[in-house]
Amino acid sequence: MEKPLESEIHERVAGNKHRDKVFAIVGLLSTFIGLLTLAALIGDLAIDGLARLKPHFFTSFPSRFPDQAGILSAWVGTTLVMIVTALTAVPMGIAAGVYLEEYAPKNWLTAIIEINIANLAGVPSIVYGLMALGLFVYQFGFGQSILSAGLTLALLILPIVIVATREAIRAVPGSMREAAYALGATKWQTTSDHVLPYSMGGILTGVIIALSRAIGETAPLITIGALTFIAFLPDPPIAAEFPFVSFEWLWSPFSVMPIQMFNWVSRPQHDFHLNAAATGLVLMVMTLVMNAIAIYFRYRFRRRIKW
Amino acid sequence: MQTNKAEARYLGATSLTALAPGSIAGRKLRERTIEVVMFLCALSSVAITLGIVWVLLYESWHFFQNVSIIDFLTDTQWTVLFENPRYGIMPLVAGTLVTSGTALIVALPLGTIIAIYLSEYAGATLRETLKPILELLSAVPTVVFGYFALLFVTPLLQGILPDLPGFNMLSAGIVIGIMIVPYVSSLSEDAIKAVPTHIREGSYAMGATRLQTSLRVLVPAAFSGIASAYVLGFSRAVGETMVVAVAAGTQPNLTLNPMEGAATITAYIVQVSLGDLPHGSIAYQSIFAAGLTLMFLTLIFNIGGYFLRKRFREIY
Repeated sequence: MEKPLESEIHERVAGNKHRDKVFAIVGLLSTFIGLLTLAALIGDLAIDGLARLKPHFFTSFPSRFPDQAGILSAWVGTTLVMIVTALTAVPMGIAAGVYLEEYAPKNWLTAIIEINIANLAGVPSIVYGLMALGLFVYQFGFGQSILSAGLTLALLILPIVIVATREAIRAVPGSMREAAYALGATKWQTTSDHVLPYSMGGILTGVIIALSRAIGETAPLITIGALTFIAFLPDPPIAAEFPFVSFEWLWSPFSVMPIQMFNWVSRPQHDFHLNAAATGLVLMVMTLVMNAIAIYFRYRFRRRIKW
Repeated sequence: MQTNKAEARYLGATSLTALAPGSIAGRKLRERTIEVVMFLCALSSVAITLGIVWVLLYESWHFFQNVSIIDFLTDTQWTVLFENPRYGIMPLVAGTLVTSGTALIVALPLGTIIAIYLSEYAGATLRETLKPILELLSAVPTVVFGYFALLFVTPLLQGILPDLPGFNMLSAGIVIGIMIVPYVSSLSEDAIKAVPTHIREGSYAMGATRLQTSLRVLVPAAFSGIASAYVLGFSRAVGETMVVAVAAGTQPNLTLNPMEGAATITAYIVQVSLGDLPHGSIAYQSIFAAGLTLMFLTLIFNIGGYFLRKRFREIY
């Protein structure tokens, strides 16, 4: 009577332990599916695109002939759009984050702002594009310009910057603020001389991640009317708009690298796909480098500051 | 006087009153100005939401002056750019649901398993190495994923399913699924980690294995957080644009079969935006009606997720 029951228990325990081990393997494999995809993605782009990555690829305009085409107008466009985006989203996002964390009174308006920021994270990016099309392009009359594009992406990444700023500021201990107040500093002096410098690492990490997201964003810029057929234009507008001291470039039509890539990948000819792969490779390198810098900052600041 | 001026400058003189002895007023004014400016920045996020709602409703309202809302919801054809346009949103909604459904079939199990593995099984070093790499998946530009779906995954799938057309929702859905895995896994992992240790220890004390603890104690206890992760994953999948625009085709097609190609709501918006449509035409307005439908879809699932969370919320 005793014996079979005991062996049954042993069997059960062994079975449970076995299943536990199997899951450990399944878990590791699942994680590796993600990593393998990333590797396959980069490998695929490299195999197709690496041969195209010659200096003239960066210095030529798009062309009807795949092997002569380049991404000059696209990377110049990306750079200019990102300047507008960074100059708008970074100060606004940090200011909003500082306000919500250090200044905001606990009332219904603050609650609405907080709920709203959380909800904005779930809004599809193409909807931002539709908003920008209706508001910036037509209502405000900015047209299908670099200014519209930069502002659109700035709104898109604003919640990311705000959330990162708040998290970084929250990590600064209250004793730092109290010490500053005790010496007679005002609220703003405390914030700008103490809280912000201490949280700069976290904020910077968030800003870099937000900008890396903006660089790869395609859909909202197509919606507001970025040029995708810039390959057929003999004289892309960006070149004429130098030097920067005039702000004419803000109003000029544009293309950016993800849109150039989209344009090439939508064509049936295989040769254009190679160009798309090369553009994708450049985009990937930029994204990966930016994320690596962000990870490094996070690691470094976490280690250096000990409260 | 000299020191007074220097002092005033240090205290942040921004107006003439600041030069008055004491300069408390100037200091207060400066503090107040900064606070108001920062408040306006915070308020701008609400303005973004209002802008989105206003633009979508305003343009859609014009659209629905020309197209009856009944036709919009019941017609089975979406041929806005044709000679005899028909305005039935169903084919686009079907395409959207099929691609995001496929994505969720991939992402939910994978994301949940990874979350359990990283939080309960993996050691600290392994976790700290794997997590940032996994999160890079969500940093890859979506158009690159589109390239990958069209020129890598589709040929791969055609090896298994020879009848698969070049543009199909299956490969787009799978790639979106892998793309949103980090969203699902990292939020679920946070939720599982947040379950108090004594609950975990209670289960181990009863002799449960890690797997039993995870599946029967931790996942149910963390379900409200995991449900939020699922809803966010769904929102991402529904709103995903470039992967479907590149890999799933641009032909509206009322089907629930993922092996066919079909346009989604987002792909339609991209297709129209690529052309040169006159501002104010019905086709121009139709992309806002499509965008409004997209927002409604996300809203419905967010509300569903809210009730799901409420129903399963555990209070420790």
